[in-house]
Amino acid sequence: MIETTRVRTIVSMQSKPVLKRHVRLQYDKVREAWALLSPERVFWPNEVSLDILRLCDGRHSVAQMIALLGDLYGADEAEITPDVTGFLQEWSDKFLVTL
Amino acid sequence: MTEPVLPPIGMLAELTHRCPLQCAYCSNPVELLKANREMDTQGWVSLFEQAADLGVLQVHLSGGEPTLRTDLAELIASLARRGVYTNLITAGVGIADGRIEAFADAGLDHIQLSFQGARAATTEKIGNSRGAHEKKLETARRVRKVDLPLTINAPIHRHNMEEVPEFIELALSLGAERLEIANVQYAGWALLNRNALMPEREAVERQVQIVEEAQERLRGIMTIDFVTPDYFAIYPKPCMGGWARDAFMVAPDGTVLPCHAAGTIKSLHFERFGDWSLSRIWHESSAFNAFRGTDWMLEPCRSCERKEIDWGGCRCQAMAIAGDAAATDPACIKSPLHARMGALIKEAVNTKTSDQTPDAFTYRRIGRVAEPII
Repeated sequence: MIETTRVRTIVSMQSKPVLKRHVRLQYDKVREAWALLSPERVFWPNEVSLDILRLCDGRHSVAQMIALLGDLYGADEAEITPDVTGFLQEWSDKFLVTL
Repeated sequence: MTEPVLPPIGMLAELTHRCPLQCAYCSNPVELLKANREMDTQGWVSLFEQAADLGVLQVHLSGGEPTLRTDLAELIASLARRGVYTNLITAGVGIADGRIEAFADAGLDHIQLSFQGARAATTEKIGNSRGAHEKKLETARRVRKVDLPLTINAPIHRHNMEEVPEFIELALSLGAERLEIANVQYAGWALLNRNALMPEREAVERQVQIVEEAQERLRGIMTIDFVTPDYFAIYPKPCMGGWARDAFMVAPDGTVLPCHAAGTIKSLHFERFGDWSLSRIWHESSAFNAFRGTDWMLEPCRSCERKEIDWGGCRCQAMAIAGDAAATDPACIKSPLHARMGALIKEAVNTKTSDQTPDAFTYRRIGRVAEPII
């Protein structure tokens, strides 16, 4: 058997998250809502999740994402940082986002 | 109906009953359809169009072995055009050169590849197919080469349950993002072979522990989903997420059913796509409305606080074990027939010790036997 050294990726401020290739964010005209399609499940992200997912484009770093989201919601960056990094770590662990 | 009928999200398309393997645990009906009963390309494309219009977001392409359909790439493309998420469920045996690449080019989103054993000898024995294991390994490599995401599916039962740690290693070594370890559901051929497949309670408990430990250890490295065994359960599964609630399946001839084993409920009549539109079937078919929501429920389901969690469990299991499709799934501890599940486990284990040929399966074949009488 081939020896594998697969490790868990941990989120950092320099990470540039991107949606995995097998994950698709698309607007569902029937239900008039944004759906995130993945191999076994369909997720219905809320407004905040949607704003984070839209920034998962492989160009924005986590630090830049936090600055933009802070502006968007008029929130303190330090305050939203744990929420955003926690969200991204969870979505990375679920194989929806590459960090 | 008190609740409005919501649009379906998922569809399981059993494109064909033909298969190069003969797995005794197969959940297909015992009466399999021959190739000449299969819906043609135009029929499937038209069905997929209507499914997308109706709100279906995910289609699982299955069988039998779906890659035996020579028009599979075309079918995938018809779904991809509509933005429908496509998941190919394959045994990975005998897929010709270039076809996996063609599926990827057609817009396939994900592949789920089954392994009957983590060891070659087990895969060959369960599927009754020599060389199958090596072919599956090769399929996995080809899937990774075109960068398609891969789930390894391991259906487990008495004959391969001890291989769970090896299944985990195998899936890791093949680069799978996800491993699904699924205790066999006793429907179709698996029900026919129940006494030969049923594991012992201690073996199930051991495997649950191994899986839980691996899920913790492999967090962020590989997802392991575990389908628990009904016969050892306290509460039933919300089968299909509730009857006709957000998913349905289509048989090779275009018959539309609320679940893949629903044909065993002989009191129901199922419409064929083409005779009726998909929307009409989803909304008006008497079979779909028979167990929709909670109004049909009897006690103990009717007054149960879990009725909108597990939706009464599996109707087909209620039919098979309680003899009444409207009964509480006997997997539930509140069912008056719950003890019957334990008795069936004991019966299977006793068969194993008294039978001189415990490994004698009735292998899955088209035209082989009639439906079992329970």
